[in-house]
Amino acid sequence: MDMRIIIGLFALTLVKATPLTLGALSGVFCERSGVVNIGIEGMMLTSAFTGFSAAFFSGSALVGIAVALATGGLLALLHAVLCIRFELNQIISGTVINLMAVGVTGYFNRVIFSGRTVPGVETLPRVEIPLLADIPFIGPILFQHQPIVFTTIILVFLVHIVLFHTPWGLRTRAVGEHPRAADTLGIDVFKVRYINVVVGGMIAGLAGAFLTLEAVGTFEKLMSNGRGFIALAAMVFGKWSPVGAFGAALLFGFAEALGVRLQIENIGIPYQFLGMLPYLLTIIVLAGVVGRSTPPAASGQPYRKE
Amino acid sequence: MQSTSRRGKAPGAVRASILGLTRTLSIPALAVLTALLIGALIMLLSGGNPLVGYVALFEGAFGKARSLSETAVAATPYVFAGLGIALGFRGGLFNIGVEGQLFIGSICAAGVGYAVHGLPWFIHMPLALLAGCLGGAICAGIPGFLKAKTGAHEVITTIMINYMAIYFTNWLVTGPMQDPGTIVPQTRRILATAEIPAIWGAYRVHWGTVLAIAAAALVFWLLWRTVLGFEIRTVGANPDAAKYAGIHVGRNIVITMMLSGALAGAAGAVEVLGLNHYFAPSFSIGYGFDSIAVAVLGKSHPWGVVASAFLFGALNNGANLMQLRTQSPVYIISIVQALILMLVSADQIVRRLYRLKDLPKGNLATPAVATSESALGTGKEAKS
Repeated sequence: MDMRIIIGLFALTLVKATPLTLGALSGVFCERSGVVNIGIEGMMLTSAFTGFSAAFFSGSALVGIAVALATGGLLALLHAVLCIRFELNQIISGTVINLMAVGVTGYFNRVIFSGRTVPGVETLPRVEIPLLADIPFIGPILFQHQPIVFTTIILVFLVHIVLFHTPWGLRTRAVGEHPRAADTLGIDVFKVRYINVVVGGMIAGLAGAFLTLEAVGTFEKLMSNGRGFIALAAMVFGKWSPVGAFGAALLFGFAEALGVRLQIENIGIPYQFLGMLPYLLTIIVLAGVVGRSTPPAASGQPYRKE
Repeated sequence: MQSTSRRGKAPGAVRASILGLTRTLSIPALAVLTALLIGALIMLLSGGNPLVGYVALFEGAFGKARSLSETAVAATPYVFAGLGIALGFRGGLFNIGVEGQLFIGSICAAGVGYAVHGLPWFIHMPLALLAGCLGGAICAGIPGFLKAKTGAHEVITTIMINYMAIYFTNWLVTGPMQDPGTIVPQTRRILATAEIPAIWGAYRVHWGTVLAIAAAALVFWLLWRTVLGFEIRTVGANPDAAKYAGIHVGRNIVITMMLSGALAGAAGAVEVLGLNHYFAPSFSIGYGFDSIAVAVLGKSHPWGVVASAFLFGALNNGANLMQLRTQSPVYIISIVQALILMLVSADQIVRRLYRLKDLPKGNLATPAVATSESALGTGKEAKS
């Protein structure tokens, strides 16, 4: 096979893995502190829309990204209040967020953009890292991308450091494993959970910004297309660690990129089957790996002070 | 809530049961009211007129005989799908795959409906319906089996199957099952012998609505009058206890998922057999996801599901006239439905808003959903 095709495939893998990685990092933040978040899908979708709208009206991509982050954070705050304050079943709360996202984006997309020609914004500029981008083979795969792809790679390592090498990370993990013990040691369980969930939501917001501002430059109905859920599978596959989740996201991203590539090659497999690849892979991975993968012990359980 | 009706004939029992019923209904009613008010606020802030909107909504849902028929039509898939989710909840499972099961169920029904010839209607129609149920059951059985065998969490696996089911049916109607007479991605029309007939002259309401209510009775009977139902509820309430009581938890999970999927499949099948008479990928407006709210609002009780399904049917049907008159997009109803789900499950919010007395913790608050669940990705069953 042509070298250019292989390079293109791997570069596309990284691009396709980006929203999945961000979603998985968002999940890691939440679940490590003990809150399950299946609302990541909805957070992505809503911030994809608000980020796009903000960029469209302000003419600034940065404003768009800021609004997307804020949207993710706000929805996560809602999730946190429902789960922590009102002790709502966390999966139901996530479902509320997901349903709300469909309604809100559908409603305001019609209110704001209906009747006009489909508007678009310019996607974020492609950046070539000097020197590194010129390395043969590796350069074009790793170092010629748009900004959110780079940010995501940096975030993977940043989240790893925060979780495993800072006092905050230690507190987070303590709260996620044994909130009662953490509480006894004077850690404010609720505060840790609120902050982690909101930070996680902002990361999901960045994933939303990626979908509209970096990938296509416009908003499409239901464009998150299950990525928030695949991201959760990546989180599980990566054993709730940022680097592991990144690896899993790359695998799913590869499946997606391969589907895109094979569709271009037109080898006779209907595109619908290629489109199924990442979802099928997710199921296989979940079924194959779960017995050996243990979530944070207190994940999914509300904490009540005595 | 069902305990109130069984309190016997002691003096004051009637009064107590009425009191219990009002208490049971007050939270959902207030939640719906509050959600509608918030929806009105959103409409107002985005330049719509909520008053005119809601009047149109009401008129669209109940104003004429035709609107009543359309409300019943819109409610029917919600009843089936809501029952499917409620049954899962009772068994401690969260079947978010109803949307995909609905797609598979409806294409199976359509396939049997147009491809099988020479049968009398009283065999053909039930056969097509059964095919739909079977398709849904298989579609839901896979994640059930995976959960029982490997502990893979059904929330993620069912969602993945949703997307695969949508791709798969999409392929079928653009390939092997496409109507040869058109370029539109849809199946051929089903034979007249497979159709579920209309009830009422020229109106679209069909016997599928009656079947839906019969299904609710069947689910009630299953859950509270059979050994299997007892086992399902026991596994849902406490899988560990169920295991020690000698219930085969893994097998129970698979059965519950398949029954839940069969109901979801029926939702799709009835849409094809009673309403559209062919399958096209655009037929579902997200019934599978809205039905989660239907099940929660109905407290996972079959009759509660029927009531909330009709409410959702009325909202969705009425929203069309509302959009026509006020330009407020029908999506406002999706927002309202999400808010209903939120307010019914977090009933503390409603209690606080309306200064209601707090019930003892956990009472009537959330459905029997997966209380034993811990994080995504693993279930206790993995170890058993």
